[in-house]
Parts: sequence; structure tokens; C-alpha cells
Amino acid sequence: MTAARVRGTALDVSSLPTYGFSHRSIVWWATLGMIAVEATVFALAIATYFYLRSHATTWPLAGKPPDLLWGTINTLVMLGSLLPNHLAKKAAEKDNVSRARLWMAVCLAMGLLFLVIRIFEFRSLNTGWDTDAYGSIVWTLLGLHTVHLVTDFYDSAVLTLLLFIGPLEGRHMQDVSENAFYWYFVVASWLPIYLVIYWAARLH
Amino acid sequence: MKRQPSEQEIRDAAPRLRDGPGPGSPEARALDETWSDAPGLIGWFSAINHKTIALRFVVATMLFFGAGGILAALMRLQLARPGNKLMGPDMYNQVFTMHGTTMMFLFAVPVMQAVAVYLVPLMVGTRSIAFPRLNAYAFWVFVFGGLMLYAAFFVNAGADAGWFSYVPLAGPDFSPGKRVDFWAQMITYTELSAIVEAIVVITTALKLRAPGMTLNRMPLFVWAMLVTAFMILFAMPAVMLASTALIMDRLVGTHFYNPAEGGDALLWQHLFWFFGHPEVYLIFIPGLGFISAIIPTFARRPMFGYTAMVLSLIATAFLAFGLWVHHMFATNLPELGKSFFTAASMMIAIPTATQIFCWLATLWTGRLNFKTPLLFVLAFFFILVLGGLTGIILAAVPINLQVHDSYFVVAHLHYVLIGGAVFPLFGAFYYWFPKFTGRMMSERLGRWNFWLMFVGFNVAFFPMHLLGMQGMPRRVYTYQAESGWGQMNFVSTAGALVLAAGVLLFVINALRSWHAGAAAGNDPWGGGTLEWAASSPPAPCNFHALPVVHSRDPVWQPLPSGPPAQPPLPTHVMGLTADERQLLVTTVVDARPDVLHTFPRPSIWPFACAVATTVLFTASIFTAWAVVWGMVPVAIILTLWFWPHRHETARHLAMERKP
Ligand code: HEM
Ligand SMILES: [Cu+2]
Repeated sequence: MTAARVRGTALDVSSLPTYGFSHRSIVWWATLGMIAVEATVFALAIATYFYLRSHATTWPLAGKPPDLLWGTINTLVMLGSLLPNHLAKKAAEKDNVSRARLWMAVCLAMGLLFLVIRIFEFRSLNTGWDTDAYGSIVWTLLGLHTVHLVTDFYDSAVLTLLLFIGPLEGRHMQDVSENAFYWYFVVASWLPIYLVIYWAARLH
Repeated sequence: MKRQPSEQEIRDAAPRLRDGPGPGSPEARALDETWSDAPGLIGWFSAINHKTIALRFVVATMLFFGAGGILAALMRLQLARPGNKLMGPDMYNQVFTMHGTTMMFLFAVPVMQAVAVYLVPLMVGTRSIAFPRLNAYAFWVFVFGGLMLYAAFFVNAGADAGWFSYVPLAGPDFSPGKRVDFWAQMITYTELSAIVEAIVVITTALKLRAPGMTLNRMPLFVWAMLVTAFMILFAMPAVMLASTALIMDRLVGTHFYNPAEGGDALLWQHLFWFFGHPEVYLIFIPGLGFISAIIPTFARRPMFGYTAMVLSLIATAFLAFGLWVHHMFATNLPELGKSFFTAASMMIAIPTATQIFCWLATLWTGRLNFKTPLLFVLAFFFILVLGGLTGIILAAVPINLQVHDSYFVVAHLHYVLIGGAVFPLFGAFYYWFPKFTGRMMSERLGRWNFWLMFVGFNVAFFPMHLLGMQGMPRRVYTYQAESGWGQMNFVSTAGALVLAAGVLLFVINALRSWHAGAAAGNDPWGGGTLEWAASSPPAPCNFHALPVVHSRDPVWQPLPSGPPAQPPLPTHVMGLTADERQLLVTTVVDARPDVLHTFPRPSIWPFACAVATTVLFTASIFTAWAVVWGMVPVAIILTLWFWPHRHETARHLAMERKP
């Protein structure tokens, strides 16, 4: 065990580790902060949805609710991506670079898949952002989440590239672990948004 | 392609010196070298030292304060007599909107964060803010956002729908043109900056505290900034969402606020005030932090009721989120709902009163040292009591309906904001100026400065209460002589000019003292928190040996009271690499040493990224597609920012110890 030692009137910290996972890492705290901000944005957007709905006599205002097919498929794909994501995180925490590479690559492939499916999701909303307030909020909810998918996909792609070609050090394993942490959030935040977009428009 | 560094390269990169020996030693010189920003023009734009960025940040926010103040003076001149022709209604609309917007978004919140960026690392006993590059990025984004708003104002596209831009006035039908778009986009810039700063401050306060500084010993100012930062995380998203929806309504035809298509104008008010009320506390709570730092020093005793103070701060933050509806009493919300919010508005008096009692108890039992910083704090009490009283009056629905949108509200909000934040802030400048510059500000000018501001402020704003009760509405560019408001408006304008003279005297005092003030020494006031243990101005690395903390006021009490312990307790840290930016990360609650984190060196990328962000945000006012193509340079720069250099990796590998 590495720890700080008292020498005379000094506290010698030279043998402490130079990185650590989860809450030991300051980057993890920054990620947590971002998650707090983004979760608040999602929560407020969902509140806006219900606020607008509470003022409407019919909901959707015009036309029909979104088709379930693509959204539901995408939910399953995203939930599926949690497995390689988990394995990448575990590999990183065991300092196993080759496995981290492998599972990050699998994650990316699934990421690409859900980005493509996302296009079909937009097409099955059955409304436009400029149709009415219902269309505006539904597009905004899906759009907000898509921004997260895109940025998370891009981050992960850069990190994976680094794992393959870059100059690596132990701290990059911490990055992989935090990247996975954020990915959990992106998938977890999708579940309420999925329920709102696809089901709140059906249940009365 | 970058390859992995070789064994040889790693060996060559191995650090040689470790910290521990105090000032004057070769290790200390190495530390100074390591933590300095580079010279030259590129070096200037690459600077990341928290003190460098913080001072620039403070100066930038004070320049915006000056700009907002000039606009205020223009308004007061226009209103000095009935039927004045200094400016017309359109110009007046822009001027009061720019004034309110500048003061709230470009001055009051960011100036507090800027001071925190300087002081929090010093107070918790570390060498840097967490994420120094992100911190620099946030600063540049802020500056560019403010400049954009003013650039628009100078080409007659100044925002003109009030600082809270209510729809439908701010919507596409009633505000064609680009004015409101600039306003909405300015929100995006400043909120981005504020959120990044909040994350930086939270991480610094929770993870970089010196060993032994448990949460229970964290200075109250740091507590105040920590609470503020948490509030920012949850309040700012609301206004970002609101302003994004507004700009989309205006630019791409969404219908959030358009009742004809199922939208709702009150939605704006809910989202805005969900942010806007906590916003007042984002300004006010740091002010409380200043006071809690200043009072113990000038009362020469530890703060009375530390725990009660911390709990009150936290309680205020929670309550602040339950109050937003009191800005909407004039709307047709359910009456029962309004009663609830009246009650909640009254309740927030409890934690505020608790803190006031703790301060008074500290003052009462201390030996007072009447210096300029203390004068500003005492003024705070006086002004805030009046502002709080008018606030309680406003929290009652029937009275609120009566004086809604009158000068009574203008008076109230300035009593709260100027009394609650600006006076403590000026006190804080007098208090920490010696730390920032190594020189004292003149006491004589300080007293003149104080009395001019105090008298000017009250003469300017007290008559506004009466004007409001006589029915003078806010946001009018003129009034008729028959109204009988001319005399009091004239008095108010005279007061505003006296206030302005006070601020000018402050500027003169600061500039003169910066060059010619008396040398301050480390601890000119006899303060108890760790910033006073550093030299003035602090070395680039703040502390040549990081302190180990054993009490709440480590300068007053470096070791626990009682007989000396055997073996002796540690007083400082050793063993951090002196020729790398290595820092000690400690545990959240107990501040036990945990991990060594190597911080990045200065870099131009934060500045470059801020420029790219500016292009993205500003262009998207003109074409929505900029959101797509504008992302490309941002993404490229972020990638370059993140991507490690082989030599850097070699240096890190040479120090690496796995967890
Ligand atoms: C320095 C001296 C100041 C003077 C003389 C001054 C003067 C004024 C005046 C005359 C108005 C009313 C405009 C109108 O309704 O027609 C006003 C509005 C306002 N002021 Fe100040 N002010 C000062 C400082 C501040 C500060 C420090 C803040 C905030 C921290 C502030 C925030 C505001 C806000 C938010 C409004 C409302 C703007 C709106 O109606 O949209 N002011 N000020
Ligand atoms: Cu309020």
C-alpha cells in the first residue's frame, strides 16, 4: 500500500500513485459536474414537455404520435452497448490495454449503429419542429439527446484512436474509465426521454 | 504518427527535484520556474496560472461594470428633468437593457467567480485551480461573449427587450431584427463560461485542499463559493434552455412561446425565473463569503458559529430554488400557489438572519479594527436591512400588485444587489488588494471612496422608493412635468453622480497604489486563512511547501492547542516533483493525501478554442447551419488540445506510479 509518511515535521507524499480511478480522479469530478448540468437540462426539457401538454386539449396537437419501431430498436441497441462499455471500463481499471482497445472498438461500432438508427427516429416522429409547439419540444428532446450521442461518439473515437496509435501512459486508462462513466449517463438519460417522446404521447 | 516514448527518453525525462525545502532553496526556485507562464505575446495568450487568469478576469468584469455604470449615468441624466431630450425611447430601451444585462451577466456573477479563481486555491492551500486550461478557456469565452454584445450595441443592434427579455415582446413578431438574437446568444456564452468555472471551483474545493483541511475546517469564503458553484450547475441550464428555445423560435420557426401554435408565453417566465431568482443568490452568497472572511480579521477573533454559518449557506441555496414564482405574482397563477411562494419567500429570512446574528456576535465580542474593508461591510448591514425590508413588502401579493413594474422595484433591486454584493465586493478589493499586488491601498482615499459611494448610493436610490409609490413606472424614457416627479428624479441623478465619483476614486486609488502603495508584507491585516501565509503577491506556485492544516484558522493556529504532540505533527508537505506541475489530490471529506496529479503546462489551445467557439456562436445568429460547420474547428482544436505529445508522455511515464 502506498501512503503518505511523516518525516520530522514534513508529510512525505512522494510514494502516492500518480493517478486513480473513480472519485479519486479530479477528472471524474468534472465529468460528474457535466452530468449534473446535462441531467438538469434534460429534466427541464421534460418539464417543458409536460407543461405544454397541460395547456393543450389534444396531445399531440395535430397528427399522430411517433412510430414506436425505430425508437424501441435504438433503446435496445443502446442498452446492449452497456456491455462492451462495462468491459472496456473493467479492462482499463485492470490496466489491460489490449482488451480496452477491443471493447472500445466494439462500443464505437454500436455507437455508429445507434447514430444511424437515430436518423430513422427523426423520420418517424410524425411532426416537424416548426409544425407546432408539440413538434418543437419533441424535436428538441430528441435533438438534445442526439447532441450527446454525437459528442460522446466523437470523444470515444478520439480516445480509441489514441489507444491504438498514441503515446500511452497509465493515466489514459483512467480516461477510458471516465469515458465509460459518461457513456452510462448518455444511455441512462435516454430511458426517460424515450418514455416521454414515444409513450407520453400515447397515454392519456 | 506518434510513437510510444523509448526507455531512454523516459529516463532522460525523469524529474530531479522534489519540493519540501522552503523559500530560497534550489527546489523553491525550480518551483517558481515550473509554475510560471511563458513570456512574450504567444505566452500571454497561453497563460493558465490561476492568478494571472483571475486578475485578467477581474479587470474584464470591472470594465464591464464601468460600461454598465456609464449606461446607468446616461439613464440618470436623461431622467434628471421632465421631457429631457438626451435620448429617445428606442435608445433608452437599448440602454436600460444593456445596463441590466451587463450588470447581471457580465459583472455581478462573473466577478465573484473571478475572485474565487484567485483565492480558492490559496485558501485551500494548493498551487493551482483544478483544470487551469479549462479555466483559461472559460475566461476567453466570457470576454468574447461580452465583446459581441457590445459590438452589436455599437452598430445599433443592442438588445432592447429588458434584461429578462419577456416574450412575446422578445419573440419574432414584436422584435424583428437581430437585437434579441445577440442577447440570447450572449446568454449562451456567459452561461457556458459560468458553468465551466463552477466545475473548476467545485473540484478545487473538494479535491485539492491541503492535508488536514477537513470540510469542517474549510474557510467560509470557500464554502460560499462552493455553494454558489453548485447553484450555478442547477440554475444556469434553465436560462440556457429558455434562451435557446427563444432563439429557435426566432430563427428556425419553432413555437415554444407562440400561443397560436400551442406554445405558451408564461413558459418563458417560468424557465427564466427558475434561473433568475437563484441568480440573485449567485450574486449575494459570494458577498456573504467576503463578509465572513473580512469580519473575523477585523474583529480579531475566529468566526462565531461556524457550523451554523455553513448550514445557513446551504439552506439558502435550497430555498432559493423554491422562490421563482414571486416574480410572477402579476400573472394569472392559482392563488394558493402564490400563497405558498409568499411563505417560502418569507422563510428565506431565517438563514439570512442566522448569519447576521453570527456576524454581529463576532463583531460584538471582537476587538474592532476600523479599516476601509470593515466600513464596506458595515454599510452592507445598513443597506441590506432596508433592501430586505422592501423585499418583505414585495413578497406580499397585494402590495406586489400595486408597485409591480414601478420604481419601487428598481429601488429594491439595487438595494439588494448593490448592498448585498457591490459593497462587500469593494470591501473585498480593499482587503485582498495587498495580496494581489503586494501593496496597500491608501486608507485616506479609501475612506473618501467609501463615504462618496455610501452617501451617493442612498441619495440615488432612496427617492426611487417614493417615486415608485407615487406611480412612476420603470423603463420609461421620460415623464411629464405635471407628474411632479421632477424634483426627486433630480436628487436621484445627483446621488448617482456622487456614487460615480466614489467609483472613480476607487479606480484612482487602485492604480496609484499598484505602483506606489506601501509594501504590504505577507499578512498586513493579521488574517487567519492560508492566503495570508503566502507572499504578496504570491509566488507562481503559491506555496513553496504545501501546508498541513490542524485548525480552522491555520495562520492563527498552525498546530492544535495543548502541549506539543510527540512525535511532532507535520506542518508541511514534501515530495512533490518540483520541476513538474505535480499536485496533491486529497479525499473529499477528510482531506487525506490520496493521489498525485500532474497538471498541464500553458497552452494556446484554450484561447484558440475560445475563438472557434466565438465563430460558432456568433455565426449561428445569422445561419442555423453554423451550428453544424462551426463544430468542425471546435472539434479539431479540442482534439489537438487533448492529444498528448510524446515528450509529455515520457515525462509522465518517468514519474508514474500505478494505483
Ligand atoms: C452604479 C450605479 C447604478 C445606477 C445609477 C443604476 C441605475 C439604474 C436605473 C436608473 C435603472 C432603471 C431603468 C429603468 O427602468 O428605466 C436600472 C435598472 C437596472 N439595474 Fe441598475 N444601476 C446601477 C448599478 C446596478 C448594479 C450594480 C446592478 C446589478 C448588479 C444593476 C442592475 C440593474 C437591473 C437588473 C436593472 C433592470 C433593467 C431592466 O429593467 O431590464 N444596476 N439601474
Ligand atoms: Cu426572486
